[in-house]
Amino acid sequence: MSEPTLAVIGAGPAGLAAALAAAARGIHVVLVDSVPAAGGQFYRQPATGLGARRPQALHHQWHTWERLRDGLDGHVRAGRVRHLTDHHVWLVERRGAAGFSVHALLGAEQEEPAEVRADAVLLATGGYEKVLPFPGWTLPGVVTAGGAQAMLKGGLVLPGRTVVVAGTGPLLLPVAAGLATAGATVAALVDSADPTGFVRRSRALAAQPGKVAEGALYAGQLARHRVRTLLHHTVVEAHGTERLEAVTVAALDRDGRVRPDTRRRLDCDTLAVGHGMLPHTDLADALGCRIDGTDVYADDEQRTDVPGVWAAGETTGIGGSALALAEGHIAGRSIAARLAGREPDPRGWAAAARTRKRLRAFFAAVDSVYAPPAHWAEQVTDETVVCRCEEVSAGAVREAVRELGAGDLRTVKLLTRAGMGWCQGRMCGPGVAGVAGCAETAVRRPFARPVPLGVLARAGENESR
Amino acid sequence: MVGAACALYAARAGLDVIVVDRGPVAGGTTGAGEGNLLVSDKEPGPELDLALLSGRLWTELAEELGELIEYERKGGLVVASTPDGLDALEKLATGQRTAGVDAMRVAAEQLHDLEPHLAPGLAGGVLYPEDAQVMPTLAAAHLVRASGARLLTGATVTEVPRDRAGTVRGVRTDRGDIDAPYVVNAAGTWGRELAALAGASLPVLPRRGFVLVTEPLPRLVRHKVYAADYVADVASDSAALQTSPVVEGTAAGPVLVGASRERVGFDRSLSLPALRALAAGATRLFPFLERVRAMRTYLGFRPYMPDHLPAIGPDLRVPGLFHACGHEGAGIGLSTGTGQLIAQVLTGGTPELALAPFRPDRFPDPEEAV
Repeated sequence: MSEPTLAVIGAGPAGLAAALAAAARGIHVVLVDSVPAAGGQFYRQPATGLGARRPQALHHQWHTWERLRDGLDGHVRAGRVRHLTDHHVWLVERRGAAGFSVHALLGAEQEEPAEVRADAVLLATGGYEKVLPFPGWTLPGVVTAGGAQAMLKGGLVLPGRTVVVAGTGPLLLPVAAGLATAGATVAALVDSADPTGFVRRSRALAAQPGKVAEGALYAGQLARHRVRTLLHHTVVEAHGTERLEAVTVAALDRDGRVRPDTRRRLDCDTLAVGHGMLPHTDLADALGCRIDGTDVYADDEQRTDVPGVWAAGETTGIGGSALALAEGHIAGRSIAARLAGREPDPRGWAAAARTRKRLRAFFAAVDSVYAPPAHWAEQVTDETVVCRCEEVSAGAVREAVRELGAGDLRTVKLLTRAGMGWCQGRMCGPGVAGVAGCAETAVRRPFARPVPLGVLARAGENESR
Repeated sequence: MVGAACALYAARAGLDVIVVDRGPVAGGTTGAGEGNLLVSDKEPGPELDLALLSGRLWTELAEELGELIEYERKGGLVVASTPDGLDALEKLATGQRTAGVDAMRVAAEQLHDLEPHLAPGLAGGVLYPEDAQVMPTLAAAHLVRASGARLLTGATVTEVPRDRAGTVRGVRTDRGDIDAPYVVNAAGTWGRELAALAGASLPVLPRRGFVLVTEPLPRLVRHKVYAADYVADVASDSAALQTSPVVEGTAAGPVLVGASRERVGFDRSLSLPALRALAAGATRLFPFLERVRAMRTYLGFRPYMPDHLPAIGPDLRVPGLFHACGHEGAGIGLSTGTGQLIAQVLTGGTPELALAPFRPDRFPDPEEAV
């Protein structure tokens, strides 16, 4: 018998913490990730060819990253961790007594298959950005807030000269601060929530001195660059013919409706917009894992309800990198014990469990503050394209509900094709659900990414450990 | 879909119709289907007669709703890989022609005129110009709308109340009671449960199928193309996994690949062996599909009956109860004919096809059989 193998899907904070914790305890780890370098979205690194002199200037918690990176390097050199980069996982298959097969596609082309067999799987697939539609949101120059940050961290480039950062969520502040510090003119930070009240009254925040300091740092950066912050405001429309030229913003009333008398126009060439994050649940769903709302269910040991499958990080609920590290660490230790046939001792991870508890409470409070305005969908005109892949308008979605008896996201999709294109609803799902007035549910996407039929026909024939 | 067609033809026959569904429109097997309107896969007999009637009615509906429901008379091309297979196929076609089907023999060298991207080396085939397709969810939604029937979605039937004589009086739902002298069971794969609420047994079982959907492509597959062994699989009683490649292009661009059949209850988990077999079969028929990506897959549960024939007509055991379910994988295609026949018997007319082969009480009652 060879030593048991753990496949970790995703090399962000959760996956790295788990890989290190498990490898340190004698587990053979295969770390599978879709990009060329470890770090995930949070510790995204500039491409080496760009020769960044001080990449840490774009990151906080640089020391945590160095510790993870050096730990990974050590385990890779010692042969305890195999790091498979540029592997795009399209399916994790349950094979009963034979464990699991991780099916991936290689490289940018994603045409050649690679398969890994494992005794246990950790899903650390992270999250992706949620963007809600508004008139003009498909104009060139409108990017996601996370996309703007990724351009800055990974490509060392600014998405534009004059930027409006808008939407809602804790990501907007670091994005605006990062863009301003890197030399962009940030015309305004527009948040539909009003987090100042939260800061004043929140007990959860009082328990997070680190978060307060982090917030103060960004706020200081914004003040230094004279960035206007418009709280309880929203972008009503983006303007432009060929590309973005300006946005109209307006204040919100108490019910979350736009106050028409407060509309004003801000010139800009870039709008970085985001409305929070959603977990990646495709692999978990195809494995049959329980999904609560939008989050993969995990118990105190980070086990899903499918034996042999663990989940950690944003996959189990959006909560940022520090929470992902804690969950990943707990998962790695639980897996190491269980693969060795032992019952794990939670006392070994008591510190991580405390961090996890504290941060989950904090992000539950954050979620309650950073919600999109209650009536955002009213601002979406019938002509607005809500599904870009299939070019479905808000009017078509509304007609499917009003005239054809659609009552849920799946029926709307079948009747209008909204969500049937390349993104498979990842981009437009929340927007379509909002316009249709139905619940935002995790959509079943059995393939986590498109797979060539030739690869599918031979799936299982190229296995390695 | 069958319920929507029953609503349409019953309403047009002058009846006041309410459509009740526990989910949304097309939330069951309809939304998981490909929308086939086929004569090619049916052996001569009552099902083929129903398919021919249904095909005529679909043609009429297409004049009214064609674009809305993406009706396309694309034609079916059945191919055989060996001379023996071709002989068997030709024998089937001969019988079908006698029943009134348009079936044209296609020699091996003509296959590529019809389908330029088909694999080389096939023995020949038969072309069925009457085979057509609709987008099933759109079809169901637009038929309900065209019927003018009241639509009550998200309402689960919890009881089928009957009077002292045993005659149905309507349905009780979790959103209120509906009084009606007639209840039509068009619950598809869940028709057994609905029949049981009315005190009747109906042996409908789920037979799972997967469909693969590719990225959108220009029209590289013109017909519905399948291998001759598909017909044998459709008619099979086996519970084990069977796959025979069925490949077709759609108006919207993606190529659809079916069809797997297995009796595994209502198991919704993904089956890689089934998908692998579908992909292998499709790429054997059309080698260019090797590099084409599957965007998604979905599964559905066909309402399977032990003799592969649907239950259509009054249930003589329960006055006022009618059945229109159990069409297995052909429910979209057979829905219009079924709706027409149901409307004819509901209004006391003579159905234009003999209903005897479809009698809902043709199976022995499980209790009586003991």
